[in-house]
Amino acid sequence: MKCRVCRQPAVIEVRRHNAGFCRPCFLKHCRDQVTRAIDDFAMFSSTDRILVAVSGGKDSLALWDILRDLGYRVDGLYLGLGIRDYSSTSGSFARDYAAARGATLIEVDIPDEFGFDIPSGARAAKRAPCSACGLSKRHLFNSAAIDGGYDVVATGHNLDDEAAVLFGNVLRWETGYLGRQAPVLPAASGFARKVKPLVRLGERETAAYCVLSSIDYIVEECPMAVGNKHLGYKDALNQIEVQSPGSKAAFYFGFLDRVAPLFTGVAEEEREGLRPCPGCGAPTTGELCAFCKLVARASAPGGRP
Amino acid sequence: MKVLLRNPRRELDVAAPIRVHALLERLGINRESVLVIVGDSLVTGDALLSDDAAAIEIRPVISGGAGA
Repeated sequence: MKCRVCRQPAVIEVRRHNAGFCRPCFLKHCRDQVTRAIDDFAMFSSTDRILVAVSGGKDSLALWDILRDLGYRVDGLYLGLGIRDYSSTSGSFARDYAAARGATLIEVDIPDEFGFDIPSGARAAKRAPCSACGLSKRHLFNSAAIDGGYDVVATGHNLDDEAAVLFGNVLRWETGYLGRQAPVLPAASGFARKVKPLVRLGERETAAYCVLSSIDYIVEECPMAVGNKHLGYKDALNQIEVQSPGSKAAFYFGFLDRVAPLFTGVAEEEREGLRPCPGCGAPTTGELCAFCKLVARASAPGGRP
Repeated sequence: MKVLLRNPRRELDVAAPIRVHALLERLGINRESVLVIVGDSLVTGDALLSDDAAAIEIRPVISGGAGA
């Protein structure tokens, strides 16, 4: 197979684009796709300060690398989740990347700062581990951005992530979630702007970007995520994709173009009901925000690890 | 020919030569869900793998937690 751009031997085929790429042209393809996402969705400008949520995995490290390469003002934020060896290994990949490139990595360790780890917090709150993890990340990414004076939080959600989330939300007609599933969530009182610059790249592409850029990342799956619904949705979508390349992109971008506007009113109604959490000041529709409830339950007798 | 697989980490013996697409099909692996790494680079599905190839790894690319 030849590179579509320069006709040299290809190292990767991207069937969605009906194209093969050599290493230099593939890395340019990734940068171009991120640039297009940033421009198409007006994510941020060159003067904005960006905080990238870094897990030590392929997506967040690829995102950090591409944004740095494109010249943006970007720092990393790593959350220690207390998931046994997985957290210590993933943290070392994030630290190694930052140290090798002189990049700034901010760290927040949940067990140290809040006295519980994700597995025990999930048990105490009677939540699935990925649910407790996700709400903790959303809360702490947002508070770190606000406290650090960043204009925007960027996460490594890719096309496969967004298509799988959309698939799950459509299966259950979660209209509130559908109204909020956008590549950009604008800033609001108590909320930093949130963006997903990798929505035009599949996770096979972000992994290939790391391999071809010599970026080491944690390949092992989080032990808490094994067997979760999200992985099942990705598997189902990949079964379709292999038969019909481009289906995931058509599903997701067709939703953004033609369906998402129908649900924005639902999301706006939910946002109008927000008020400051008395525990931490973060916006919430409840008496306490979900993170403060998680901390309270995890801190109750029997809740700590 | 040794082939490294991940999650869980294990090594398989596979008869060579074989093209990447045929190898994935033989192992029942969806080509959209992996990269095939030979040495320190990637190879496309039409690449022919032989006994004298550098280290071969089939690396899964699917991750499914709460997102970074």
